Amino acid sequence: MIDTSPRFDSVPAVRDDLRRVHYLADEGIAGVVFLADRLGKPVLVEGPAGTGKTQLAKSVAEMTGSRLIRLQCYEGLDESKALYEWNYKKQLLRIQSQRVAEDGGGIGWTDIEEDIFSEPFLLTRPLLEAIRASEPVVLLIDEVDRVEVETEALLLEILSDYQVSIPELGTVSANQIPLVFLTSNNTRELSEALKRRCLYLHIDYPSLEREKEIVLTRVPDVSDHLADQIVRIVRSIRTLELKKHPSVSETLDWARTLVLLGIQSIDAEQAKETLHILLKYQSDIAKAAKELAGASTK
Amino acid sequence: MTVTGDHTGDHTGDGMVDVLAGFIQELRAAGLPVSLTENLDAMEAVRHIPLVDREAFKYALAATLVKNNAHWKAFETIFEVYFSMRGSQFAITGEGTGADEAEIEQLLDELMGTGLDGGGGMEGLTAEQLAEMLYRALMHGDEALLRALARSAVSRFAGMEPGRPVGGTYYLYRTLRQLDLDGVLERLLQAAREEADGGLTPLEERLTKDEFEARIDMLRKEIEAEIRRRLVADRGAEAMAKTLRKPLPEDIDFMHATRDELASLRRAIYPLTRKLAVRLARKRRHGRKGPLDFRSTVRHSLSYGGVPAEPKFRYPRPSKPEIMVVADISGSVAAFARFTLQLVYAISSQFSRVRSFVFIDGVDEVTRFFEGIEDITEAVHRVNTEADVVWVDGHSDYGHAFESFWERWGQEISSKTSIILLGDARNNYHASQSWVVHEMRNKARHVYWLNPEPRSYWDTGDSIVSQYGIYCDGVFECRNLKQLEGFVEHLG
Repeated sequence: MIDTSPRFDSVPAVRDDLRRVHYLADEGIAGVVFLADRLGKPVLVEGPAGTGKTQLAKSVAEMTGSRLIRLQCYEGLDESKALYEWNYKKQLLRIQSQRVAEDGGGIGWTDIEEDIFSEPFLLTRPLLEAIRASEPVVLLIDEVDRVEVETEALLLEILSDYQVSIPELGTVSANQIPLVFLTSNNTRELSEALKRRCLYLHIDYPSLEREKEIVLTRVPDVSDHLADQIVRIVRSIRTLELKKHPSVSETLDWARTLVLLGIQSIDAEQAKETLHILLKYQSDIAKAAKELAGASTK
Repeated sequence: MTVTGDHTGDHTGDGMVDVLAGFIQELRAAGLPVSLTENLDAMEAVRHIPLVDREAFKYALAATLVKNNAHWKAFETIFEVYFSMRGSQFAITGEGTGADEAEIEQLLDELMGTGLDGGGGMEGLTAEQLAEMLYRALMHGDEALLRALARSAVSRFAGMEPGRPVGGTYYLYRTLRQLDLDGVLERLLQAAREEADGGLTPLEERLTKDEFEARIDMLRKEIEAEIRRRLVADRGAEAMAKTLRKPLPEDIDFMHATRDELASLRRAIYPLTRKLAVRLARKRRHGRKGPLDFRSTVRHSLSYGGVPAEPKFRYPRPSKPEIMVVADISGSVAAFARFTLQLVYAISSQFSRVRSFVFIDGVDEVTRFFEGIEDITEAVHRVNTEADVVWVDGHSDYGHAFESFWERWGQEISSKTSIILLGDARNNYHASQSWVVHEMRNKARHVYWLNPEPRSYWDTGDSIVSQYGIYCDGVFECRNLKQLEGFVEHLG
């Protein structure tokens, strides 16, 4: 029943396909996506904020022509929001209408019970939806570290067996194995059980060359020289001890701003004036400005 | 890049299984938690990867075996040892030198378009010529040439002898001393300054320096890898992996950390504080023992036609504790005090107030250094340089420090205060004045003692930790981040 023909031929093929949808993957990212498909396993993506974890799932969906189903996690998420829920309002109406009908001699409770716990009364939530989909899907479980440890257990069945058990209906299995991505900002340690079921991918800040390429693809009208300068300054700032280092998305914002301002070549003064786009804490900005203005020549 | 040696192209053969088994055993020995499922996943994963692609092979193993980024470095080292490139050219005796230098010549020709003066003969380059080539390779950032030079430098300068039981750092040191990389960096910068018209602006200067440093760093790594490859060829992977085994960041001992380890501790502490803050906040919110919230229950019953089907409760809001940290910052335990202060302040939003005191033989309040400052490291630095903590001779005197603490701040301790005392309780045979801790215990909510020494050292020599300990609510061994994390969670 389950369709298991591989989606990708080789690691370089994944990389090229991702490049086609403007996601510049490095060797590790492409390798893990390839393996996720071959082994039929979910991918747990960790890394600093703004390095393209969520974007990876989106890009993979785009490149394989799949529908993206997204479950945004938050504290207090439960199975009625993640898996399925019985549409109790509709069920109540059904019972009410039965009562009205009963005056003229109606059906017994067993029939009603069977009726109200059937598919028409079922509300599918993202996880169930991904399982039941007949077309190819990519399931993105975003910021999984935000749910409590207990709620994590909800995910285990779907992640290892690609099925959901509904007591009243039985087990719903997947028609096809979806590609599953879980992202985490590492605000807490995920459970061993969850980690064991996943392939692990850590996306770090990109290398100088890759970041430059990202800037060049993502920011129209940026000159090669400017992009080079931008990523060099960003690299320099990332070596400082800061509260929050500039992310790739912030590098891109900065590049766009500089292009809008019509700057061809950054000098220290301009860098200092636009630093607030790159850094979000006043103490960080002050520190970086001081460093860039030449504290290095001691 | 290709993997040569005993497992080329052999996907499922015994050779591969053996190497992987040894590899995974070493990962476990280094402290990485590798489960049986993960082991099987790794075996399965490498079947899908062409072995000739060494990078892809590495990432396939990493994705299945390493589920924590803090363990990546340990993984990488072990990987390099077990799956290093093997072959005669890596033998310690340096037969490959001639071939290496021929390669260097060729690469240099490509780079410069001309040969070096006098470099025609194969009988060897002089040390000066090698240095000159290194300089040019760094100037142009030519990676292939740098790799070749690293190989050549190792066979020339490291003086490696087969079977000699010294670690890789010794050879690394010998090689680097000959290359004088600091001097090269200076020369590169000088050249860059001369090249630019009117000199470099500070920004340009910084960026140029970053670039050259990155290249030199690459060279250094390449030299390190080369030495490792040769040592593996000489001693075998198992023995080599054993000598390279290092504690994971969460297991590093505060008191004996090297400078590198301290740096990696500093990096590890930030994500840790974030995790702790989230966890403590959650803990506070999720006490479900409150009384029934009548108004809310009635309000929600409306959606069930007036039947109170879903009772709602009031969540208790426990008051946040006030923390007083009293830390010994004398030599041996200074690093420990610093990390604890950093950790406590990073999660200070979880407490109603944090006050900190440091002592050696005198005691001083240092709360002011942390107030209104966003950069905790700077505050900690000021604590170490500006606090007035020396009374007589600058040797720890817990008794006197506690006594003065009690006189000056004792009346400010209330029943909401938790006091954390940090130190090894090595009192240099002074009077213990442990009655102070007893008095604290009577007034404060809790008194805890954190000791960075291993439990087996307690109460040996001049350590009198149990004289204080009997009055505390708990005495904790706190040698590494893992233990410190456990304690702070207990506190919240």
